[in-house]
Order: sequence, then C-alpha cells, then structure tokens
Amino acid sequence: MSNTVLTVEDLSVTFALHGSEVHAVRDMNFTLTEGEILAVVGESGSGKSQAFLSIMGLLAKNGRVTGNAMLGDVNLVGMDKVKLDAYRGKDIAMIFQDPMTSLNPSLRVRTQLSEVLVKHRGFDKEKAVLAAIEMLERVGIPEPAKRSNAFPHELSGGMRQRVMIAMALLCQPKILIADEPTTALDVTVQAQMLDLFKSLTEDFGTALVLITHDLGVVAGIADRMMVMYGGRAVEKGKVDDLFYDPKHPYTLGLLHSTPHIAHRAARLDPIQGLPPSLEHLPKGCSFNPRCAFRFERCLAERPPLAPAGEGREKACFYEGELNYEKVA
Amino acid sequence: MLGYALRRVLSAIPIALIAVSVCFFILRLAPGGPFDGERALPPLVLANLRAHYSLDQPLVVQYFIYIWRLLHGDLGPSMVIEGFSVSRLIAIGFPFTLTLALTAFVIATAIGLLAGMVAAVNQNKWPDYVLVLAVMIGVIIPNFLMAALLQLWFGVHLGWFPAGGWVTGSWMHLVLPVTVLAWPHAARISRLMRGSMIEILGTNYVRTARSKGLGERLVLARHAIKPALIPVVSYLGPGLSYLLTGSLAVEQIFGLPGIGKYFVTAALNRDYGIVLGTTILYMFIILALNLIVDLVYAWLDPKVRYR
Ligand SMILES: Nc1ncnc2c1ncn2[C@@H]1O[C@H](COP(=O)(O)OP(=O)(O)OP(=O)(O)O)[C@@H](O)[C@H]1O
Ligand code: SF4
Ligand SMILES: [Mg+2]
Repeated sequence: MSNTVLTVEDLSVTFALHGSEVHAVRDMNFTLTEGEILAVVGESGSGKSQAFLSIMGLLAKNGRVTGNAMLGDVNLVGMDKVKLDAYRGKDIAMIFQDPMTSLNPSLRVRTQLSEVLVKHRGFDKEKAVLAAIEMLERVGIPEPAKRSNAFPHELSGGMRQRVMIAMALLCQPKILIADEPTTALDVTVQAQMLDLFKSLTEDFGTALVLITHDLGVVAGIADRMMVMYGGRAVEKGKVDDLFYDPKHPYTLGLLHSTPHIAHRAARLDPIQGLPPSLEHLPKGCSFNPRCAFRFERCLAERPPLAPAGEGREKACFYEGELNYEKVA
Repeated sequence: MLGYALRRVLSAIPIALIAVSVCFFILRLAPGGPFDGERALPPLVLANLRAHYSLDQPLVVQYFIYIWRLLHGDLGPSMVIEGFSVSRLIAIGFPFTLTLALTAFVIATAIGLLAGMVAAVNQNKWPDYVLVLAVMIGVIIPNFLMAALLQLWFGVHLGWFPAGGWVTGSWMHLVLPVTVLAWPHAARISRLMRGSMIEILGTNYVRTARSKGLGERLVLARHAIKPALIPVVSYLGPGLSYLLTGSLAVEQIFGLPGIGKYFVTAALNRDYGIVLGTTILYMFIILALNLIVDLVYAWLDPKVRYR
C-alpha cells in the first residue's frame, strides 16, 4: 500500500466580488499518493487553478478558502503564512500557467534557483548555486553553468519552463503541482516536457498534480484523473476507466472534443454550449443546460459525487448507457 | 554594461551641443540687450562695450567664440557687472544651491520610497490613507505658500526653527527650506513607488517567489523592490533638476546665499552672460543626471542593456 501524501477534504474557495460571492471551488475531495500522477481537467474557469493556489496559500486578496489540505498531519489551509513558508517550495511546489511571466525578469536564473536551497536546506550561496546548476542539467538545459548566469528574457519559452521545473524540484518535494505546464509551449516542446515530468517525478518519488484542459496530455502520463465542472469535481477515477468508459456526460463530451482520443468516434465535436458562469449556476445539475441525457430530476436536484464502481466516482443521476450518438 | 555606459556617454555629446546652440540663439534673438538701461549710454561708450563683449560681430562668429570658450571651461562673463562672471557666480553660490537641492533630494527620495512601499504593502489600510493625505498636501500647496505657512507656524509661532536667513554651518536654518523643497518631491516619488509596487506585487513572478516559501520579507526585498524601482528611477533625474531650479525660488524666499538671487537679478537686467551661462550649467547637470538615471535603469532592468 503506497503512502498518502496529501488529503484534501471539503475544499472550497470563494471570492468577494462587487459585494457578492463567487464560488470558484466547492467541496473538493481527493487524496494523492506517493509518486502518482493525478490529472485535473476541465474547461477554462472550472476552478482548477484556484483550487491549488488556495492550497499553496496564494489566493488573491479577495479570496477565502475553507476545508482541509492535510500534508501528513499538518493542515495547509488556514495556516499562518510564516508557518506555511516552511512547507511551500520544500514539500509542495508549484509550476504556474505562464512560464514567460513566472520568472523574475530582474534576477539571474542562478539567484532564483539557489535561494530556494538557501532557504529550505540551509546551503550557503556557493553550494546552492552548484546544486542549482546540477538541477538545470537534470532538466535538460545545455551548458547549465553558462545558462545559470542568464536573465530569463535570454531564454526561450521551453527553456524557461525547464528552469521552472528545476526550481520546483530543487528540494525534491513530495508534491508538485503543474498548472497547464505545456499550454504556452510549441507542440514539439510539449511532448519533451511531459516526458521530463514523468521521468523526474519517478526519480524523486514526487506526486504530480497535472492541471490541464487537454486530455491528450492526460492520456500519455496520468494515473488518475479528476474532471471539474463549474467549481466541482464531477467525475474521478483511473485514467483508463474514464477514457474507455466515461460515466459523466461532461467527461464524454470532453473526450469527443479532444483530437487523438476522438479517433474512436467518427469526428471531433466541441461540447455544445458555453461553460457556466459561476455567479449564475443553473439550478439542479450545473451541467444540465448542455446535457443530452438530462431528465426532470436533473433540473430539480444537484447530483452528489458518489461511488460509481471500483475506485471511481461520478456526480450524475443518469444510470443508462452513455451513448455518444445521442449527443451528436 | 560597460559598453552600454560608453555608448550612452558618447551619445550625450551631440545632445549637449544642440542644447547649447538652442540656448544661445534663443537668448540672442530675444529683443532687448544688456545695455538698454533707463539712461541711454553715449554712442561711443556703447560701441566700446559692444566690441568688448564681441556683440558687434556677426551672430555666427559670436556663437563660435562662445563655443570655443565653453570648450575651455569658461561659461562667459557678466555683461552688467564689471569683472563678474558665471564661473565666479558658480563659485560663490552654487555649492550652497547644490547642498540645499541634494539634501532635499536625498531626504525626499528616501522618505518617498519608504512611504510608497509601506502604503503599497498596506493597500487600503490606514498607512495608505495617511500617505494619500500627505501627498495631496505636498502636490496642491505651492511652495511659496508652504514656505509662508511653515515660517509662520514653526518659525514664528512655535519658534522651533529660524524662519529665514543663514548662519554658516547651521543645519537648523536648512530645516524649513529643505522641507518646502522636499515635500512635493517626496509626494511624487511615494505615489510612483506605491503604484509600481502594487503592480509588481500582483505579478506572476512575485507569486512564484511566494510559492517558494522565501518569506514575505525576502520576497519584497529581492523580488519586488528592484523591478518596482524602474518607473521611479526614471523620475529621479527630472526630479533632481526640479529641485535644483526650485531651489532658486526657495533661496529667495528664505534669504539664502545660493545662486538664486544672482540669477533672478541677471534675468531682470538681461545679463546674457549670466543667464546663458547659468542655463547651460543647468543643462549640463540635467544631461548628466539623465545619463546616471539611464545607467541605473540598465542595472535594474537587464533587458535595457541589450537594446
Ligand atoms: N480574484 C478573483 N476574484 C473573483 N473571481 C476570481 C478571482 N480569481 C479567479 N476567479 C474566478 O474563479 C474561477 C475559477 O478560476 P480558475 O483560475 O481556477 O480557472 P481554471 O479552471 O484554472 O481555468 P483556466 O483553464 O482558464 O486556467 C473563474 O471563473 C474566475 O473568474
Ligand atoms: S445529472 Fe442529469 S444533467 Fe447532470 S450530467 Fe447527469 S444526466 Fe446530465
Ligand atoms: Mg488555470
């Protein structure tokens, strides 16, 4: 039995906006075990980033988080920032959506890497720089000693993303959260980057949370996945199970809107309709305006996330076969 | 960085030459002259005077004579006071003016940067509101009014500081003039710094720094302040030149021995020599300041060095 490294319970994130509240994430629950790769997928605005930013204590000022995120026996949610700094960057690290703007333009790569080791490992400056250069080599940066002297603007997007990865892995964290790590990159670089994630997390035994809206990315690398819609998880389970036998109509729709995976279907279809506005979620099931399987109950009640077979859960009342022809 | 500095210095030379020429011709083309006094001078005396100052030569020749002298470090003679010259004026008054302006500059910049940072970190809390008020006072109240208010209150009413005049070496005499001069400068700097810092604190890279668990102090000191300084630094050059010129007025108000009083008198008497020389002196100072700002800028923002 492998060890649980993170247990998230009833995580909710709300933002105060123009006097009202926006619920970006609601009642999220999941566990992460050592070394596994969990994909978190969903359309833009479904709450993927905010859920994990909240765990890292990085919400915008108007944001509030409730629930628990247990790293071992400490709860990261609601923890004082000063205490949290003992864990951030050391046990849990994050790579952000945009590599172009996530590195400090006025500091050399070397400085931005080594400071992590100085802070968490107590290395002196010199030793930290050497270790940083070693890590740059590890993530496939040619001439790492020379590149470590560069400023971020002297590096390509792919190189910067590699620097971000190196930075996140310096302390060999238990958990790495990668928020759309490949979206901003060229297709050719994307594949290299995914391979890199896979091999490095294996080497370090790091559990990886891979946030993405691209199921093509998930297919190649993740063990489990969690599908999010309107701030809630709507289906969870092993990647293979969800791909070959999706049980939530939204998962089905996502699969059919993804190239490479949709080859099983006759054609590529985007999901009908628009992602919901968090301020005006429909009554009942949030997905009902776009759902081809909807029936009366869906309009009145909200389906809870409930077990749906071996090691999987779904939030949907429909129990029949999900026949894609019905959608198309 | 060194190559960049050299390029910047070289490119300042033609700018200086153009600026000198513009100053020269504008002043010379203005109507009236130094010898158009109330009492007309005898023609012979006038002709002699004009010959003495080369005013009888064609303008272009005068121009080259002027440039030639300038290259030898001579900013020109006074045309009204015999034996007086710009160099002499600078020797007498400039150290004081410079001291006054620099003192105000250093104090105002330090206070402005600090206040701006504190306000940004405490955005929409009381330190922020206090700053907004202080900035408003500094920007709205003109310096002569501010001077009068401070003189009345701290000079006359409370008697903490002398309301004017100068005693060599007495910093007490500098407190009120420096305050008048520094306040608006500090106000502008703090406002710039506050805005820039708030922007930087919201950037992705500051979020990255926080995610690394560096601690807020290091995040601010290493990741936020340096980039936040960029827009502020570009104001410092012009800011110091405002102080140097503003100092002339403040010296007059407080009766201080800078170049203020000579310059004002010279302007009233159309003393080309003094006015032109002083203007050119200021121009050189401003050019030098801009050069320094550019170099600091390049240090703060590595991208600039490669342009
Ligand atoms: N500071 C904020 N104030 C109010 N609402 C916010 C704030 N930050 C995020 N939100 C809202 O929270 C919701 C979830 O955002 P989130 O960034 O988690 O989406 P996402 O799933 O990561 O999407 P994407 O794929 O575009 O990155 C969005 O609807 C967004 O508008
Ligand atoms: S609960 Fe109803 S509306 Fe919601 S996804 Fe299932 S079938 Fe569709
Ligand atoms: Mg996101």
